[in-house]
Amino acid sequence: MDWLIHPWPWYVAGPIIGLMVPLMLFIGNRSFGISNNLRHLCAITQPPMVEVDFFRYNWKEHTWSLVFVIGTALGGYLAGVVFADPNPVQLSPAAQDMLLSWGFLLPEGKLVPDELFLTSVRNFTFLFACGVLVGFGTRYAGGCTSGHAITGLSTLQLPSLYAVLGIFGGGLIASWFLVPHMLVG
Amino acid sequence: MFRYLPYLLVGILFGFVLVKSEAASWYRIQEMFHFQSFHMFGILFSAIITALVSIQIVKRLGHKKALDGQVIDIPEKAPGTVSYVLGGLIFGFGWGLVGLCPGPMFAMAGTGSLGAMVVLAGALHGTWLYGALKQHLPH
Repeated sequence: MDWLIHPWPWYVAGPIIGLMVPLMLFIGNRSFGISNNLRHLCAITQPPMVEVDFFRYNWKEHTWSLVFVIGTALGGYLAGVVFADPNPVQLSPAAQDMLLSWGFLLPEGKLVPDELFLTSVRNFTFLFACGVLVGFGTRYAGGCTSGHAITGLSTLQLPSLYAVLGIFGGGLIASWFLVPHMLVG
Repeated sequence: MFRYLPYLLVGILFGFVLVKSEAASWYRIQEMFHFQSFHMFGILFSAIITALVSIQIVKRLGHKKALDGQVIDIPEKAPGTVSYVLGGLIFGFGWGLVGLCPGPMFAMAGTGSLGAMVVLAGALHGTWLYGALKQHLPH
């Protein structure tokens, strides 16, 4: 059962992720994408006195999608807890050097760094703010990595190419100019 | 309820892959944005090619029906440029910082990471903010 514990190479993971698109079409003519669920969750929890039109629709028609992300969380639990891999992420030597130069410790069996994810007011403020950017941006762009980069590009849609270029540009700016200085000056 | 079972199973597979491939890892995302490993690019490119080829096969087979009897059609994204580029930039900027896009947020929240749940809570507020400001934004 080693394959359930060890990390999966890109040539196994990528095709499985790609198969999500035809699978969702085949199961119920659905378009593979995750970020719409953030909208549905807002629609479910929106208090009547602050109603925003964008969240006034029958979210129950999208139950399938909510079930899908409940599955995603369950899959994360299975892969990250039940079949957890105790070994650290095998980063390239260049990435390891870069992390050290940024003042980060090398990964030790966790997928996200303690320096940013351990419970503290500072960390949680940062994480929440990043979440706001992701949630706002993904809805503004009408999709995230799954809906645009995977579904959109594979169905040859030009708007998705614009979104992907924006996403990659934004990521480069953050990763090159901000992340290196988050811990050290 | 039973008709939702396939979505649950495919969702479980998706979350499992995101964690096992380390696509849900902040470290892998930084490595990707610095072009220091092929790993993440390999995942994205092979996913896109797999989807593209299988969609072409579905199309060639003609108007096939989904399991529930609906005719399979692929919805077109609304035309536009500004919202896609600007939204993408904002989303990508947040992703570059925190290393979790929406799929991995759910998967990592599932692993019990309190930090990932905070990111998810932020993403819900960001989505709500977009809904509230939608009319005032260029699209």
